Amino acid sequence: MSRSIARYAGLGLMLALFVLLVAACATPPPPPPTPATSAPQPPAATSAPAGGATKPIVIGFTASQTGNLNVESKKQTQGLQLWLDDVKKAGGIKLSDGTVVMPEIKFYDDESKTDRVQALYTKLINEDKVDFLISPYSSGLTKAAAVVSEQNDKVMLTTGAADDKTMEQGFKGTYQLYTPASRYLAGAIDLLKKLEPNAKKIAIVNEKDSFSTTVANEAKAYATAQGFEVVLAEGYDTGTTDFAPFINKIAAANPDAIMGGGHFQDGTTFAKQLYEKKVPVKMIALLVAPADAKFTEIGAGAEGVIAPSQWETPVTYSPESAKAANLPWYGPTVSAFVDGYKAKYNEAPSYHAAGGYAAGLLLQKALEDANSTDAAKVKAALDTLNLLTFYGQIKFSTDAKTHGKQAGHTMVYIQWQKGADGKLAKQIVFPLEAKTADAQARQ
Amino acid sequence: MNWEALFASAIDGIMLGFIYGLAAMGLSLIFGVMRVINLAHGPIIALGMFSTYLLTTQLGLNPYVGVVLTLMFGLLFGIVMYLVAVHRVINQPELTTLLATFAVSLIIIGLGTAAFTTTPRALDVDVGTLQSGAVTILGTRIIAVLIALAVAGGLYGLLYRTRVGKSIRAVANNRAAAELMGINTTAMLAFSFGLGAALATTAGGLIATLFAFTILAGGSFELKSFVIVVLGGLGNPTGALIGGILLGLLEGVTTIFIPVGWVPVIEYVIFILILLVRPNGLLGARA
Amino acid sequence: MNSSQPFAASARLAWRETLIPYVRLIAHPFLGLVLGVILVVALFPIVTNSPTLREEIFLVLMAVILASSVNIIMGYTGYVSFGNIVFFGLGGYVAFFMMLTFHVHLAVAVLAGGIFAALFATLLGIPVLRLRGAYFALATIGINEAVRAFVNNFDPFGGSVGMNFDYSFYDAYGGAKNALWLAYYAIVLVALATVAASFIIKQSKFGLGLMGIREDQDAAQVLGIQPARYKVIAYAISALFPAMAGAVFFFKNGIIEPGPAFSLTASIEGLVAVMLGGFGTVAGPIVGAVVYDRLRSFLLTSGAFSELHVAVAGVLLLLIVLFVPAGLVGELRRRVPWLRKYTE
Repeated sequence: MSRSIARYAGLGLMLALFVLLVAACATPPPPPPTPATSAPQPPAATSAPAGGATKPIVIGFTASQTGNLNVESKKQTQGLQLWLDDVKKAGGIKLSDGTVVMPEIKFYDDESKTDRVQALYTKLINEDKVDFLISPYSSGLTKAAAVVSEQNDKVMLTTGAADDKTMEQGFKGTYQLYTPASRYLAGAIDLLKKLEPNAKKIAIVNEKDSFSTTVANEAKAYATAQGFEVVLAEGYDTGTTDFAPFINKIAAANPDAIMGGGHFQDGTTFAKQLYEKKVPVKMIALLVAPADAKFTEIGAGAEGVIAPSQWETPVTYSPESAKAANLPWYGPTVSAFVDGYKAKYNEAPSYHAAGGYAAGLLLQKALEDANSTDAAKVKAALDTLNLLTFYGQIKFSTDAKTHGKQAGHTMVYIQWQKGADGKLAKQIVFPLEAKTADAQARQ
Repeated sequence: MNWEALFASAIDGIMLGFIYGLAAMGLSLIFGVMRVINLAHGPIIALGMFSTYLLTTQLGLNPYVGVVLTLMFGLLFGIVMYLVAVHRVINQPELTTLLATFAVSLIIIGLGTAAFTTTPRALDVDVGTLQSGAVTILGTRIIAVLIALAVAGGLYGLLYRTRVGKSIRAVANNRAAAELMGINTTAMLAFSFGLGAALATTAGGLIATLFAFTILAGGSFELKSFVIVVLGGLGNPTGALIGGILLGLLEGVTTIFIPVGWVPVIEYVIFILILLVRPNGLLGARA
Repeated sequence: MNSSQPFAASARLAWRETLIPYVRLIAHPFLGLVLGVILVVALFPIVTNSPTLREEIFLVLMAVILASSVNIIMGYTGYVSFGNIVFFGLGGYVAFFMMLTFHVHLAVAVLAGGIFAALFATLLGIPVLRLRGAYFALATIGINEAVRAFVNNFDPFGGSVGMNFDYSFYDAYGGAKNALWLAYYAIVLVALATVAASFIIKQSKFGLGLMGIREDQDAAQVLGIQPARYKVIAYAISALFPAMAGAVFFFKNGIIEPGPAFSLTASIEGLVAVMLGGFGTVAGPIVGAVVYDRLRSFLLTSGAFSELHVAVAGVLLLLIVLFVPAGLVGELRRRVPWLRKYTE
């Protein structure tokens, strides 16, 4: 009885599989997936000025909607979407011959994985025929995407990707918006020197990905040059959740300051466990994690933690400061961006969000300057850009070896400090000319 | 040499070792009773994490109540999994059961990723700390060790002090003979599989009270469980607990001397060497 | 002098005798058919000049290589290598390292990666293949994890960050576009070689020996087969082709990292393909790999199901294990006897 059932089940399964095989071979490439595009917009033609043709373009990228980079990546995507809204409100990007360029974005979830990134960028280029690319979030994923983009002669603006080495391989169409990683912790070391003149020993514990490794190596060299002793330098794997082994080692090395971290998830856990284990140091400076407001969910563990940041809401870039620096100004003011972001997402923008918006903004500027959507002309326009925006100065290296590397943008350092109301607030503490509060040593 | 750091690290390692051991007991028990290596072990541990997480965050239960309910959930899950995926091929060569349990692992991972994504989750459990000199021990870890010990003790009592335990041991020794003695072997096999899964989910629940996790987080504990069961002897649950503590101690001590990243290399090399040299385990289990 | 003459003649004769069956094998209609089909499919993207099709077929061929290779040790010999992906990763790493550091050509790097992996498998196989059943399966998982953990810390290979080519690297191959096509031709060649090897082994005396070991190792030994040697050779061959595929794959990607190189999931997807198509047959792994890879890439890009491809693989595998252990091709051969001539 049960044998015959099994036989029929087996036969049925075989049949099903055969049908599947035929279907898989017979159907032409699978139907286009339903990507997470932005909300449908009214037909663009209505907003085109009389006489001018509307030219739709598609901007493609992947976002880490899931996986360990989801927090930062989400902000970056939100920033870019806000830019798209603003462009649409303004009726598209107008070229001098009256053509209106109407951008759309198309993106997939890369799950924070490199192999997904390469498969999906190949798909964006070859199947979805996108015109321009934006990078995923993080240096590791961007490095993978850049290879595919360059192999296919695309223009890609990278944001959320600070690693220097990626940008030092003679790329032709890849442009970086972040201040390169090698500078991430230099300011923190300078700050430590000012804050605690007696501090001698630094422990560097960082995530072992391309971005954090570059930061850590540069920090090690800089700290040594500044007369500090690096008493511990070790990396942890991406996705680490138990920092006890590292914390025990740190305690054994008895440093004055701890520097390192990597991205949001691991950095937040690291800070929390450092606090729980009551490690007595005067300064903790971590990458990425503390710059996002979500970091304060770990409570008292966040107090006093310092982080480098590409951008913060109190920055003072303005058309006036552009004039003073003899640079052209482009795009919204800082307050227009912050207000627009708050209105749409009900929260203050982080630097990842600002970077996302800036990526769209710079592409827009390049399209206008090129007066064309032709990739070669847009590249030429990007090469000559040197301007100030709400996000800061932008200028790309045109040297053959480091082509596209960011050469204009600078960073600030933030610290979470307890205000008079007992609540944690993010303050800019360095560089001194931009500070909103004095840096504090940990007790 | 910093003795305090070594001591602190060893304590951390041993405490974690109890949880490794608890998870490994599940793998070992199933192998001991029915010669099946459960390749869904890691995903089942992850199910335990999510079960505890959901019970705590969705129903507002105390996380430790969640862990206890997670034990029951694991028992049920294991019984169902045995009846659906394993029973039909229980007498076939090992390859078949390996593939069957691996299929279940793929199903859990696939559905779990779809339902929960791979974004890390964490339970924020805080019950204070115990401090003495350079050693700071988190309360959550102490409670986790106590629960692990209680569950391990409970399993021992069940196997050696009850009729059901006697039947399970009879089935493990000789299934055909047990059947002849009137023992319902299918029920015993399913129950044992359930017990193995329950140990895994309980360990998972305890891990969830300590660390952030994703649906893939069971993987590293599964691999550690493999190392532990070979240390303690395949099919020997008591050996697994001791093996777990040994592995935890090894991790705690070695991390002080070498970069933490090299520890897994050492673990897997030990694993392969023991398999080659003493496949019955260092602690000399039954063959 | 004279006495050696007949010996040379008989040696020549023996040499011919061993060679003739192989010549006959290569001319076998089934092999011609399979290789022909692969070639025709492989020509599609070249004729239509379609990069999209090229990328898809590249992945299908890679799946065929991985499945057919693991079938040699698992299907023919009965040793389930759960961690066979370790050779894919090692081949990829060795080749990548050589291309990056010594600027050797892709062809040289692919061969070097393949040979390195085969040697590694030989050395490893001598002790590990003494283990039987589940112990061997566990050991192969352990080996993959040990190697992954090692590479993760091994600085010459870039540690956990991995290695990547400077973009200008592809200039030596006439630019990145040409390099992508070159990688495609290379994977077609490796796929053809893998399938041919899989067939020739199955039809040879050596293959018969392997299947003897699979059915009953002790009996095979009594019949004069040296199980240890046979198994090690089979293991080395099952390492050779995945390593070459890994070399080509990571050359195309321009970047190699421990995670994607030693992915246990990818390893077991190869097993799923073998089980799906038919354990121990030549055509089975090919059919299984094609079906599984098409299904996977369909699910991966189909929005709602993108997360579910792993679960679907699981359900498929479970149904096959429980109900159709012989796989598609095996079941077909069982039910439709006249088809046996056309399937192997």
